[in-house]
Amino acid sequence: MLTYTLKRILQGIVTVWFIATATFVAMHAVPGDPLANQRATNEQIQRNLEQRYGLDRPVSEQYVVFLGGILRGDFGISFTQENRRVNDIIRENFPVSATLGILAVAFAALGGILFGALTALFRDRLPDLVIMFLVILAISVPSFVVAAFSQLALVDINVYLGFSLLPVAGWGTLRHMIVPSMVLGLGTMAYLTRLMRSSMLEITSSDFIRTARAKGLPPARIFLKHQLRNAVLPVVTVLGPAIAAITTGGFVVELVFAIPGLGRYFVEAVQQLDYTVIMGTTVFYGAFLVSMVIVVDLLYGWIDPRVRVE
Amino acid sequence: MMVEQPPTYRDPMSRLAMRQLLWLGALSLVGFVALMGALAWASSITGGSAIAGRAIDVETGTITRALAQEPPQLDSTRATDQASIFILGHVMEGLLRYDASNRLVPGVAERWDIRPDGATFWLRDDARWSDGRPVTAHDFVFAWRTIVDPANAAEYAFILYYVKNGEAINRGELSPEALGATAVDDRTLEVEFERPVGFFDKLVAFAVYFPVREDFYRSRDGRYAADAEDLVYNGPFMMTRWVHGAHVRLEKNPLYWNRDAVRLNVIDMPYVTADTGAVVNLFKDGSIATATLGAEQLDDAMKLRWNLGRYSDGSVFYIDFNFRPERLTSNFHLRRALQLVNDSGELVNKVIGLPGYLPAVSLFPIWLNGVEGPFRQEYPPPVVIPDLELARTHLELAKQELGVAEIPPLVLLTGDAPIANKQAEYFQNLFDRALGLEIRIDKQIFKQRLDKMTSGDFDMVAAGWGPDFADPLTFGDLYASWNGNNRGKYNNPALDEQVRIAQNSLDPRTRMDAFGEIQRILIDDAVQLPNYERGLVYVEDPRLKGVVHRSVGTDPDYTTAYLVENP
Repeated sequence: MLTYTLKRILQGIVTVWFIATATFVAMHAVPGDPLANQRATNEQIQRNLEQRYGLDRPVSEQYVVFLGGILRGDFGISFTQENRRVNDIIRENFPVSATLGILAVAFAALGGILFGALTALFRDRLPDLVIMFLVILAISVPSFVVAAFSQLALVDINVYLGFSLLPVAGWGTLRHMIVPSMVLGLGTMAYLTRLMRSSMLEITSSDFIRTARAKGLPPARIFLKHQLRNAVLPVVTVLGPAIAAITTGGFVVELVFAIPGLGRYFVEAVQQLDYTVIMGTTVFYGAFLVSMVIVVDLLYGWIDPRVRVE
Repeated sequence: MMVEQPPTYRDPMSRLAMRQLLWLGALSLVGFVALMGALAWASSITGGSAIAGRAIDVETGTITRALAQEPPQLDSTRATDQASIFILGHVMEGLLRYDASNRLVPGVAERWDIRPDGATFWLRDDARWSDGRPVTAHDFVFAWRTIVDPANAAEYAFILYYVKNGEAINRGELSPEALGATAVDDRTLEVEFERPVGFFDKLVAFAVYFPVREDFYRSRDGRYAADAEDLVYNGPFMMTRWVHGAHVRLEKNPLYWNRDAVRLNVIDMPYVTADTGAVVNLFKDGSIATATLGAEQLDDAMKLRWNLGRYSDGSVFYIDFNFRPERLTSNFHLRRALQLVNDSGELVNKVIGLPGYLPAVSLFPIWLNGVEGPFRQEYPPPVVIPDLELARTHLELAKQELGVAEIPPLVLLTGDAPIANKQAEYFQNLFDRALGLEIRIDKQIFKQRLDKMTSGDFDMVAAGWGPDFADPLTFGDLYASWNGNNRGKYNNPALDEQVRIAQNSLDPRTRMDAFGEIQRILIDDAVQLPNYERGLVYVEDPRLKGVVHRSVGTDPDYTTAYLVENP
């Protein structure tokens, strides 16, 4: 187990290095000057700016400096917000994205597993049909539409009630988190429901369930210990990447609900060619994604002992 | 044929499993709520934004509003953008300021004298920083030296080139101490000019000319203006809270010299989002006191019978041509042909369709002032009447001069905003329909577009310009051959001469004549195709009064705003 863990971590480090390098190359290949702005400056100022950000050096040297920075855990200063270090941006804004993401994933996982099991139990009957219809809807409608509509609905509810049931936007208290996290987790929940449903159905008709019934195990035990536990495996597999995808993919939800998360920096930095923020957020999210996958792999070994055997 | 229903499990297991599932569901719901509670508690100790109040609280003099973006730079020596200047205009004050009717009034300076070769400002003795220290002439000298210091690499340094040696210092030829601004004593600021400047009073009202206190600046060790406590304030308000990307809170500055004129106590901005839909929803909900509307929200606003306000945000948008000799657009007849089919009225009314937008007919927008009245009334721009016949004649002339049978496709460089799309497609269609010209749209994000503009990789480009100060010169020198913003490389000695006159003369009449001449050249030589003057449409809570909207400078300005109980 230990060597397996170590091997996975080593693989992860190589993956992150690759992500960093590929992003670095792609970023410099994109045309456009990160320092250019609407108002033209003179050459002296241009040179000084380049010096400040180390852009006067050859790209290979910049790469070495950048790698050194990563090792020291320092991504430099933002190009667009010149007073802020990229580390501070990540430190201040990632917890917000993470909070939102964790809630969304918890919402998606719980909902997905419960609804998935429910639809499998009621296969081809009314609850199944209704839930599966809603699932298709939730998968196909993009999150910005869901976000906009749910906000509009909130406004109408608040106006109708005459007091603020839930805040329309903003961040800071429990009441702010409820709607955005549900909106963010909705698509994943729908996806997990489908996954859970099909894996439940597959398990229900499998031999070992029949054996369990035949030898007279109490049905509750069969359901919990054999059906649910086995059916949840594929769900756990996709959960890791889903956590990373949700915490990084919250850009639209963050915009609509005015949530100060990292997602908007992730997107806006690319548009602004903010080199340091691009690198900082990509490497950070890359490392985050990779570690999530590793955690899931280890968790998988815990749920399904067969996987531990290499 | 009869189809038998497939047998379904109706054994006890299904019911039991159902009960299990319900239990599990209830349990996970409890868990979920507990998780939320824990996370909410965690984020409250790490300092999320505070709980926002309602839009308006008359009793405490508080208004709540949203910010479109986080202010990127509150160091006035390096600020360049509207979002930062909005905050700076409330928390800082320059030598002069604009009042509610956009007249220049005393700020930190109680009187001033502007001469052809320089200016003197006498500072009031009750101007205080928020820590109680007096605002002195030294604070201005330090700020201005910092701006032109090439080590500071300020983008707006050029706006101090009017002060003696400003440009030489900025090029690294002289040390910052050589700047022609000296503090004779704490309350007298003496300025020497590089060349006569007829609008220095307007310049010193601009955010870049705001004071910075040297000892405080140095004590922050490179973190000046990084956070709310890394700034010291001398304006009507001070920033008491700044959670980056989340929350800015301004409170009345009790030490401000003119504090009796400031009637709001708190401007709270706990929402930061660029989504106009979200902002309008917040307004509808009664969470914020004002919202700027986008095109999508207009129908809704009309239905709700909101009392909408509109004003020009000062900027002008146009199509620029590439005048590099290898480009077809350097040919006058080709440009003339395009100009003769261009109809900005059609573009604005039928294509853009946003209230507040005005069809542009000149580089100089409608709000600029001339000698006595509005510039555009004193110097009406030559009218170009769309004329298809004449346009085709010019197109034929262009083909002859260029020696081609057909004009090859022209590249129209444009941005990625929705309005830029509409505009580009309109022109593509128009030029094809009227003149049979093929236009290729090259859509780029901002930095890439800028890169292509600077390197000259375009025939036409959808461009725009926002004013830096309220003088026609902020637009007037754009096409001077030496101007770095002249990205099409237009080069016309006759226009250059007029720019020099406008820059160096002190006589308002001579200067405005020069701008009138520049305006005529731009149209007669078909240097650009004016498109529109941008406008903003907004809605305000009727209890909020006295907010000033401006085309240049602090916008909106809440310094003189106040609240009423029953509008």
